[in-house]
Amino acid sequence: MNENLFTSFTTPTMMGLPVVVLIIMFPSILFPSPNRLINNRLVSLQQWLVQLTSKQMLAIHNHKGQTWALMLMSLILFIGSTNLLGLLPHSFTPTTQLSMNLGMAIPLWAGTVVTGFRHKTKASLAHFLPQGTPIPLIPMLVIIETISLFIQPVALAVRLTANITAGHLLMHLIGGATLALTNINASVALITFIILILLTVLEFAVALIQAYVFTLLVSLYLHDNT
Amino acid sequence: MASPVPVKEKKLMDVKLGELPGWILMRDFTPRGIAGAFQRGYYRYYNKYVNVKKGSVAGISMVLAAYVLFNYCRCYKELKHERLRKYH
Repeated sequence: MNENLFTSFTTPTMMGLPVVVLIIMFPSILFPSPNRLINNRLVSLQQWLVQLTSKQMLAIHNHKGQTWALMLMSLILFIGSTNLLGLLPHSFTPTTQLSMNLGMAIPLWAGTVVTGFRHKTKASLAHFLPQGTPIPLIPMLVIIETISLFIQPVALAVRLTANITAGHLLMHLIGGATLALTNINASVALITFIILILLTVLEFAVALIQAYVFTLLVSLYLHDNT
Repeated sequence: MASPVPVKEKKLMDVKLGELPGWILMRDFTPRGIAGAFQRGYYRYYNKYVNVKKGSVAGISMVLAAYVLFNYCRCYKELKHERLRKYH
């Protein structure tokens, strides 16, 4: 069972061809681009959602920060749709791969830091020392703030990976337990099945929340630096 | 059996069964042709099921069902061992 548990997280290849590229590009098909003033229902629904989210997310930024609007909105759409598609049976979720999440987190975080250093150099350097620290503590605190700055991209990536992977693993395990229990004790199997349903509802929420958290944190790092 | 219209320009439904291999071989298999075929197929599906006045959930759920089927075919090899059989 141990080998079966983790095979769903391996990079998908079909007869030697890397299908993973197709799977990563698949969510883009589900977001058609609006052509007209009044569009079909799918596009109108997506437009409404995007406007709702972008207004809420970009409200805290100044003009410079709002140039990141396209990046942040496409980020939340991509992570949200990829996570939700991963809840379908047998599907592969690209966001369970740490490599991909690091590839998203490090450039975005580095972009916010470099923007801050270029445009507000003194203020960016001042972030390393909180206001009102006693003088003897200053060297240690600068070191701690530097470490906490450099851990931000790693935390972003690992948070997303761990949450989605753990959710999928839990569903596999509890689903397997339910199947095994049906022959042994039907009422316990029913309880396990109810747990599985609740877990699936949680996973839907987690899929969306993780997307939101990722994007929100990037936008916060941006806000600090513009 | 020779038809008055050349085989290449006929649509699929007008091609007779005997002419089918010849018709298939005359299709455009260049990258541009294949990309055009994917684009035509996508817009055919989109305009029939999604880009309509009262589109329903059936439009995208057919796509998601096809996605599930594709992924099932992809991992069939590992799933073969999990069937409910007495002897594997």
